[in-house]
Amino acid sequence: MSTVTIDKSGPTRKVKYGSMSRDRTWALRWSYFFLTLFAIFSLTPPFYMLITSLKGSAEISAATNPWWVHQPTLENYVQLLTSNQFLRFFWNSAWVSIIVVTITMLISVPAAFALARMKFWGSATLATGVFLTYLIPDSLLFIPLFKMFAVFGDWTGIQLVNRWYVLLFIYPTLTVPFCTWIMIGYFASIPKELDEAAIIDGASWFQTLTRIFIPVALPGLIAATIFAFTVSWAQFLYPLVFTTSTDQLVLPVGIITTLIKGDVFNWGQIMTGALLGAAPPLIIYAFLMDYYIAGLTAGATKG
Amino acid sequence: MVDVAFQPNRTAAAQSGRRRVGLRNALRRKSMSAFLMTLPLILLIAILVIYPAIYSLHLATLNKAMTKFVGFGNFEFLFKRETFWLVVKQSCIFAISAVIFKALIGFIVAHFVHNVPANKQRKWRGMLLVPWVIPPAMSTLAWLWLFDPSYSAFNYTLSFFGIGPIPWTGDAMWARFSVILVNVWYGAPFFMIMYLAALKSVPEQLYEAAAIDGANWWQRIWYVTLPMMRNIIAITTLFSLIVTFANFDIVRILTAGGPLDHTHIFATWAFRVGIEGSDIPLGASVSLFMVPILAIAAIFILRDITKRGNEA
Repeated sequence: MSTVTIDKSGPTRKVKYGSMSRDRTWALRWSYFFLTLFAIFSLTPPFYMLITSLKGSAEISAATNPWWVHQPTLENYVQLLTSNQFLRFFWNSAWVSIIVVTITMLISVPAAFALARMKFWGSATLATGVFLTYLIPDSLLFIPLFKMFAVFGDWTGIQLVNRWYVLLFIYPTLTVPFCTWIMIGYFASIPKELDEAAIIDGASWFQTLTRIFIPVALPGLIAATIFAFTVSWAQFLYPLVFTTSTDQLVLPVGIITTLIKGDVFNWGQIMTGALLGAAPPLIIYAFLMDYYIAGLTAGATKG
Repeated sequence: MVDVAFQPNRTAAAQSGRRRVGLRNALRRKSMSAFLMTLPLILLIAILVIYPAIYSLHLATLNKAMTKFVGFGNFEFLFKRETFWLVVKQSCIFAISAVIFKALIGFIVAHFVHNVPANKQRKWRGMLLVPWVIPPAMSTLAWLWLFDPSYSAFNYTLSFFGIGPIPWTGDAMWARFSVILVNVWYGAPFFMIMYLAALKSVPEQLYEAAAIDGANWWQRIWYVTLPMMRNIIAITTLFSLIVTFANFDIVRILTAGGPLDHTHIFATWAFRVGIEGSDIPLGASVSLFMVPILAIAAIFILRDITKRGNEA
């Protein structure tokens, strides 16, 4: 990079012009070189997951080149996808994520609308409070929450600990604040004339929300939905604390607690499970990358 | 005639009166419906965030069986334990070094992506963001397998360069390095995306003006790019500091705190003590030590965000 800058201060105009374009090609070549390095660094673990998932157990323990598959086999996939236990984890994860996304949207969209448009006593404080809640990490709350639900079970006899549906109460604490926050940003950017026109035409607040705000802010809504889904799918600490029976586990915890038996690591199956667990977010990302990135950057750039 | 002329007037007056009442009703209805719309949010935050936070303060003052009030007993006990100070030190090392490397790598990679022609940026961005998309619990498993003591693919590759087998997760220093490496791998793409968005918002004219003034590559970054990105850099770094400081998944899966507690950070140690060791009050006390650092970072983020709001 430093040689590039020295070249630039050439003496005559013509030379400078020529060196500038040479400069650019070199800068571009260096960019591609380093980007390739970083891409290799980024993609090594997922690539290695894929490689290992295609190996049989004999090949994994053989002292051959670990970066290549010599006898590809789908044995690991067949074993996992026919195992009731694994499918159970997958379904638990899918149900939890889908229901949590629904709950999140039902809570955060009306709240964001009210906070962005219907100024009322304390609305600004509440908006700030929502943002602060988003900054509270899961590792701060898991112990009191666990105790709370245990005490709740003792008092009412409704046992929620060690049931997969307890996660439906807990995950919204992670998803709702962020979704509300970015929806406030998206709703606030809608011109006021639009909803004033709707109110003059006799629309109720509810109609303004469903007929105007939701369609106009749809990209934001999709970004928030993707965020809520990926967070609930990837969450690891809460299910690890709250669920222990194998039929109540979600995918990340299930893979770690059942495929690792003591000191025996069945790496072929673990990598296959990890890859299948990573697949839904990756597929969503592959198709909706722009929304994904919009949601990612919205937290700090909006509002 | 008079009657006829009078009548519409009166109805108009009556109507306007009714409208005033209706308006007042609407206002009342507006704040009422606004309150109803935010009610689920308020309840969720109050019951499942604020209450547990206060409850954890209460829990931290109880004895192990949760039958007796011991005041600051748990904290005094922690201060006397060597492991606690180890955890404090490791959490700070982990969070600070991971955030610095994430920010640096993110900044550099964002520049490289920005250099590439616009039509190819999408492809590179797509590849480089993959680590952030994979659930961290799943990708850490892949790292664990790459670091495996007997079949490590890294050690296999390094052996060709004559570098002996590295105990990635077996030795205290190497385990700390591995944990930070995985965290940097996972978090750097987030910085890259944020900085790339910030880079794109810097007006091209500023660079042209700087180039005319004879600024070199380094001066352009120092006097144009960094001041323009300052706010985003501050928010992203503080935000990542919170998330990294409170990290659980990576350390838990990669080393579970080992070897000999030399990679435990607050979250994993709180889990070990509070859930696995079923000493809930002590676990709550451990996790409460995260609060001061999180609060400081949160205050600064809030200040930056309101500043942005006022500028806009």
